[in-house]
Order: sequence, then C-alpha cells, then structure tokens
Amino acid sequence: MTTTALPTYEDAIARFEPVIGLETHVELGTQTKMFCGCRTEFGAEPNTQVCPVCLALPGALPVANRAGIEATIRIGLALNCDIATWCRMARKNYFYPDMPKNFQTSQYDEPLCAEGYVDVEYEGKPYRIGIERVHLEEDTGKSLHVGGATGRIQGATESLVDYNRAGIPLVEIVTKPVPGLGALAPEIAKAYVTELRDIIRSLGVSDVRMEQGSLRCDVNTSLNKPGEEWGTRTETKNVNSLRSVERAVRSEIIRQASLLDEGTRIIQETRHFHEDRGDTSPGRSKETATDYRYFPEPDLVPIAPDPAWVAELKAALPERPSSKRARLREDWGISEIDMQSVANAGAVELIEETIAAGASPAGARKWWMGELARRANETGIDLADIGATPLQVAELQKLVDAGKLNDKLARAVLEGVVAGEGDPAAVMAARGLEVVNDEGALTAAVDEAIAANPDIAAKIREGKVAAAGALVGAVMKTTRGQADAKTVRDLILARLS
Amino acid sequence: MSDLTRMSAVELAGAIKNKQVSAVEVAQAHLDRISAVDERVHAFLHVDAEGALAAAARVDKGEITGPLAGVPVAVKDVIATKGVPTTAASKILEGWRPPYSATIYERLQAAGTVPLGKTNMDEFAMGSSTEYSAYGPTNNPWDLGRIPGGSGGGSAAALAAYEAPLAIGTDTGGSIRQPGAVTGTVGAKPTYGGTSRYGLIAFSSSLDTPGPCARNVEDAALLHSVIGGHDVRDSTSIPQPMPDVVAAARLGATGDLTGVKLGLVKEFAGDGSEPGVIAAFRESLEALVKLGAEVVEVSCPNFQYALPAYYLIAPSECSSNLARFDGVRYGLRVGDDGNRSLEEVMSLTRDAGFGAEVKRRIILGTYALSSGYYDAYYGQAQKVRTLITRDFEKAFEQVDVLVSPTTPFVAFPFGSRTSDPYQMYLADLFTIPTNLYGGPAISVPCGLSEGLPVGFQIMAPTMADDRMYRVGAALESAVGTFTPPAL
Repeated sequence: MTTTALPTYEDAIARFEPVIGLETHVELGTQTKMFCGCRTEFGAEPNTQVCPVCLALPGALPVANRAGIEATIRIGLALNCDIATWCRMARKNYFYPDMPKNFQTSQYDEPLCAEGYVDVEYEGKPYRIGIERVHLEEDTGKSLHVGGATGRIQGATESLVDYNRAGIPLVEIVTKPVPGLGALAPEIAKAYVTELRDIIRSLGVSDVRMEQGSLRCDVNTSLNKPGEEWGTRTETKNVNSLRSVERAVRSEIIRQASLLDEGTRIIQETRHFHEDRGDTSPGRSKETATDYRYFPEPDLVPIAPDPAWVAELKAALPERPSSKRARLREDWGISEIDMQSVANAGAVELIEETIAAGASPAGARKWWMGELARRANETGIDLADIGATPLQVAELQKLVDAGKLNDKLARAVLEGVVAGEGDPAAVMAARGLEVVNDEGALTAAVDEAIAANPDIAAKIREGKVAAAGALVGAVMKTTRGQADAKTVRDLILARLS
Repeated sequence: MSDLTRMSAVELAGAIKNKQVSAVEVAQAHLDRISAVDERVHAFLHVDAEGALAAAARVDKGEITGPLAGVPVAVKDVIATKGVPTTAASKILEGWRPPYSATIYERLQAAGTVPLGKTNMDEFAMGSSTEYSAYGPTNNPWDLGRIPGGSGGGSAAALAAYEAPLAIGTDTGGSIRQPGAVTGTVGAKPTYGGTSRYGLIAFSSSLDTPGPCARNVEDAALLHSVIGGHDVRDSTSIPQPMPDVVAAARLGATGDLTGVKLGLVKEFAGDGSEPGVIAAFRESLEALVKLGAEVVEVSCPNFQYALPAYYLIAPSECSSNLARFDGVRYGLRVGDDGNRSLEEVMSLTRDAGFGAEVKRRIILGTYALSSGYYDAYYGQAQKVRTLITRDFEKAFEQVDVLVSPTTPFVAFPFGSRTSDPYQMYLADLFTIPTNLYGGPAISVPCGLSEGLPVGFQIMAPTMADDRMYRVGAALESAVGTFTPPAL
C-alpha cells in the first residue's frame, strides 16, 4: 500500500478515541510591560517601546508589574483555581534572537494559579474542562525576515527584530488532558476557547483578539483505541481563530488515524496549522526538545499574594459571561445563535447599557449589531471604541420612536455621532436631518412630483396604487430623505384618488 | 598642601569644603598619578579625564555639596556608566558605551564624587587574580610580579597605588574583600540587597553585591552610605533604612570594644592558611581582645561545603545571565558575512568574545541546570546554602560578629594558580560563606607576611553592616594602616 486516502472523520472517530488538551496564551492589556515601565500599545513604530530592561542591556534588572500579577490572579479565580500563597518566577533558557535575554521569564513548577475548571455548554449539555495551571510569563519580540520568498527565516537575507512586544505580560492557561469527548472533541475544544475568551473579556484584563495575537492557542491531540492507553500527542500551533481550533483538532484526528491504520508510530512533535488548507505540517520535533534548564529567577522576589487581597479580588469578580448571557437572552427574547453573535461582536455590555438608558432591546441590538458592528468590522476598531456610547444610541432610538428620525436619517445622525459631532439631537439639529411631517411643506413637493411624472400619476388614478412608490421616491429625493415616507404616500394617494 | 594623592577621602573632602584645595586640583593630581604609574600597575581599563574634571568643576562651582563632594573614585568596569565605556573586562563588550547608568553610579554623581574611570577586573568578575581580564592583568603595587586579587584587582590596586582614594567593587564570592586583603586596603561587602544591583552587569544575581573599597575604614563607610539604600529598580533591594555605618566606624575608631563578642570560626582557624597569614590574624585577634572584645569559638560545620555549593550556584546563574551576549543587540559580532545563519553568528561571537574561565563557568552552569542533573547539583547546592545560612544565624545568637582571615594566602605570583582552577578557587574559601548567606563582611589590613599584606575578615548579620565597621575601625586603630613600597 503506497498511498492511502485519508479516512473520513466519521470513520476515524468510529475506531479511535481522542484526548485533547489546550494551552492558551493571553496577552494582558496592562498599561506597561511586565518587568519595566515601557508602554504596550499595539502597532507602534518598531523599537519605540523599549528600554534597558526589555532590551536586556547588560546590568538591567526586572521589577514585576503588580497589575500583571493581579490580572493573572483574577483569571485564575474566574477559572476556579487555587491561588498560590507563595511562588516564584522561573527562567526558561533558550537562545532566540527575538528574546532579548535569551531566557524567558516565566513560571515552572510554582504556577500562580492551579487546579481549576471551566464548565462549557454545547448543544444544551455541560462539559467540565479541568484547568491544570494558569501562570504568568513575558512575551518575546517579533522577528521579520526580509528578502526570502516566504517571509520565514529560510532564504531570508536579513532578519529584523522589533522588541516592542518583548516583555508584555502573557498568561498561559493549560487544561488537563480531556478524554471521553469522542466525536465532539473538535466542537468542545472550540466551545472551551470561546468560553475562556468570554470569561477573560468580562474581566477586562485583555482584549483577547485572536487575529491580533492577544489570544493564542496551541492544541494537543492524541488518539487511542478504545480500552487502550492514551496515544502520543502532537501539539498544533498557529491556530489563529475559533474556527481553526475546531478544524485543527478535526484534521489532526484524521491524520493520526490514517498513520495508526498504517501501523505508523505517532511522533511527539509540534505541528503548524494552515488556515488555507485546513491541515497541519510538522514543525520541530519535541523528542529532541531543547532542555530549558528552568531555575527560579534570582532577580525577582517571590510572589506572595495576601490572602485577604485574593479574597477581595474573588468577591469582586464579574458575573460569569455564560450565566449572564442566559439571563440576558431571556430578557431580550432572542435566540442562542443571536446571543452568540452579540457576544462575538463584544456587544453584550453595550446593548445592556443602551437598554438601561431607555432603549428597547430590539432597538438597542439593531444599532449595535447593524450599523455600528459593520463600521467596527470595516475599520478594525473595537465596537466599544467606535465613537458612539450606549447613552447616545439610546437617545437615537428615542428620536426614531418619536418619529423625529426615520431609519435613513437615523443612520446619517449616527454617522455624525461617530464622527464626534455631538449627541444625536445636536447632530440632527446641526445637519438639519429632522423628519419633515408638516403637510403644508410636503404638499408642494408632492404636487411637483405629480407634475413631473404624469404617466405614473395616471396609473395611480387608474387604481394601480402600487405605483405610488415611485412618486414617494421622487418626493424623498427632493426633500433629501427628510420626509416621513408614510405621510408622503398618504398625501399622494389623497391627491390622486 | 601635602601630596593630595596620599590623603584620605575624609581629609580631601574637608580640604575641598574649606577651599584649601579645589576639586579640580584634586582630580588633576590623581589623573597625573594615574599617568605616572598606571602603565606599570594597569589598574584602569579606561580613564575618563574629561568627565572627572567636569564633575570636579561642578563641585568647585558649589553645585553639589556633601560628605564626599569632590573626592575622586575609581569604578569597577562591571558597573554601567552612561556614555563611558563599560566592558566587564571582556572582549564581547569591547567599545560598548551604555545608554544608561547604574543606580550606584548615579548616586556617586549625585553625591559629587569625581569618577576617574573604570578599573580592571577578571572578565565578568570571574576570578581571584585579574589574570582573567581580556585586557591583561593588573599588577599588585606591593610587588608588581604578583596578583592584586580579584575579581576587583583594579579597584584595590588603584587605591594601593594612590591613583584613587576610593573605589567601587562588586563582591560575588570575595571580589571586594580578597583584593582588599592582598593589597593592604579596606574592602566591604554590604548586606545583599543593601546596595542596588541595577546596572551591575550580572555574574551571579543571587550573590552579586556592589560595595565600597578604600584605604581606611571610615572612608569605606562614607562611600557605603553614599551608594547604599533601597532602589525601586532592583526588586531584591531591601526596602528598609540602612544602618548608620559612618557613625559605627567613628565609634570603632575610639578603640573601645568592651562587650563585643567575636566569633572565631573554628573551621577557618587553622588548616589551609599560610603560617604568616595565621600569625598576623592571631596577633590582630589579641589586639582586639586588648580593646575589650571577647573571643568565643563557634562552629559552622557546613562552611566546608560552601566552595562546592558556590561553584554550582554562581556558574548556574552566570550561564543564564551571560546568554544575552549574543551579538544581536550590542557588543562584539563575529562572522556576520551574509552567508552564515543567525545561530552560527551567535556561536562564533560567543566563542571569540568570551575567555576560557568564563566559558568554563558557562559550561559548568549549563550542565548543573540540565534536566536530570538539576536536583543533584543546583538543587543540592541550594540546600547547602540554607544550611550555611543556619550556621550563620546560630552563630549570631552567640556572638556579634564572626572573624577569620580574609584569604588563606598573601598575593601570589602571576601564573602560579592559573593552571589549576581549584587552586585559584581556594582564594575565596573564607569569603564565600558570607555571599551564600547574604550578610555583610569587611576585610581590614591587619599585618604583613613576608612583606605582603594580610587581611582580617569581619562578618556580621544581615542588615547589621554597622557592626563590621565598628570592629574594623577598632582593629585599624590598633594595628594602623600599611603603606606599600614606592612605585
């Protein structure tokens, strides 16, 4: 047998049981880096947010950022972990040009948080994912390889390094191995990352955006035959979207099943997920893995969080996003899928506050998930930073409800609000966008439209009422959309009946 | 004015304050002395004449005052000095001018001291003789054919050769005290965390301690008080006020040690030291008893494991600390010809840039931290460290300070210990336990053996640096200071 066609997923899963595990990295949104005072803004000019500490100049020393420790503890608490009363940072030693010290300040056998869990719901059923540890570490810089065809280090003529990211706090969240999911392993993996993302977002400690790399996920997968010991696992990296989490697990199950069918041993290795092809290719083998020579970081004092402080942080945790969503879904009367898109758009709190400011649930959701979400998508700006506040959106909806704005005018007003021209009422006044309901003012426009379109007017007179739409359009045009369409229609029909 | 280079820091500061002499004249006198003798001594790797004269001029203008304003100071080349070359005596940092200064250097500048330049040392502070400097050894002013100690041999020799009245050293296993002992000068290692390490190029992070070097105890205490104290940029720095070391030195100088209990470390009293060293130490001990001190023999049974524990901990930390010297961001870069991979360039750079002793320790430390060996080596060494700390704590329940010779032998001739690393490592036999414990210790000249200086070590509990200054100053008042033959 030379080439075997890959088995189907159903076929693979019928014969093998998967065990999955996920390692997730979350870049914290602290104002400054983990061990120095440098800013952490995304997208700044290369090497402008650096100092002797994060460039690892000789003699420079780290000092831990309390905000990073606090955020890690809050994540640990939200994931039901035990918080260490005393732990140390550790050095993970290996050479890499985008890591200035040639060691990463991380944690090894003394994580800040351990032994927690996350409950994930999928198709109405709960699944408990065990959390092995949550630890704090620092990010590396970014390498840019110039001159090669692929942008990778092979074939490049020059390598440039941007150290802006070096030293930004990262939290690593490692699950326990999860067996027993069977065919649902890919979906549960995705559901877990989604839940994790929502929880962390609710804490406000990270913007958790997979596409910007502030949430990164490595997926471990192994297969075994029923009743046998767990198989050798592979670690899939470069999984950059929620959908990819699911696809990566699925493709790895199919690939491993195919190898096991042939009697080929699974190699413990790092694999690279390809978004375009939906499959993985081998990276470095872990069987000849680097020895990281971990040891406690002597430049930093141990972290010993005061139990009273931890209790305070625990008491102040926000409502769990999934419970909150279930509650709001009921209040708003929407489907689970709609609620999920609201959550995905980062609009839950925005809509909630808009409703609190007096808008109807449908009205609030319409603006945030429609016009504003579209703009957020187009510009890549977070919905929360789009330029309109819940209060303004609620005011806009009130103007619509009061008949002062129609849909089209409301969009124009919203545009003005987003552009920073002021609150909806002020924009409406300044731009002269209020609906014209005054019949006297409209009658002239209607007469003009009838005079300009005698054919259509004739049809309406003959009883073809549907033709009135064309005349309404003409009136709306001359009034630059400010007329109330229903009033115009009534006027036209009254004139021509 | 008498010869300015022979005056103490206290005398110089007083003369400058009273306008008997200008700070610029004092700086110039020392720069002239350096020009005259440093070709033979080689204490300096870099002399910053321009910077020194400018700093002195600021003092003369009255811009800065203080107990050491206008007093020249030599700085070990392992301290980052903004704009002034800093190499740690390694080829891998040749020509590097730091864009920032160490905290202690900023404090020296703020106090109006006049930094003369950077002093020679063993490469990355690894050694006991300065023979491992990539730029050639420093010669001991007492006998130019002998070592000045190490790693801070340059700082100690600069004092003994009257090139500077004050110097900064760093002590990881004895690098301030042992050079002090073999050059007849005073060297103090403060409590770990009592002086900031920010800007000190790391050798072994959990042991490195910057400290003062001087020709007498009071000068050392003054310098200590200027550079010491909490620093937010060093998280291992102790956030407590430091003891008044200057007052303690002045108290000790009155020559009264009534009620002070000296612990004689049984394990250090006999074996391993040269007879002349033991003799000078015993005589000094008697002198202290005459001043009212009581001698109590104490046992520190785990001190015998200090040397092996140190040679696992220090190399382990150094193997990680020195990883940053890779040719990517600063310093030497070798083999970057466009055809070699990044790994090859890093490898060639480190091969060309590091000397043999540095490589030896990096390899030793890499091995000791390796998976499968960690527990047996690094883990075990940390346990020994805890036991040694307990020995100290137990001893300090009985006595105020511990005393021993600083080093088992006087300055040895060049080349006599380089072929056998262990013979070199023995130089730090008596100084290393203190580093593992983290307490302060001082070496004070106490006599001569075959015409060469012998050092007396006083070890104190952590954050009780004042005690060693008191006893040290008392010893000095009893035995006097020692002047090397004219160069």
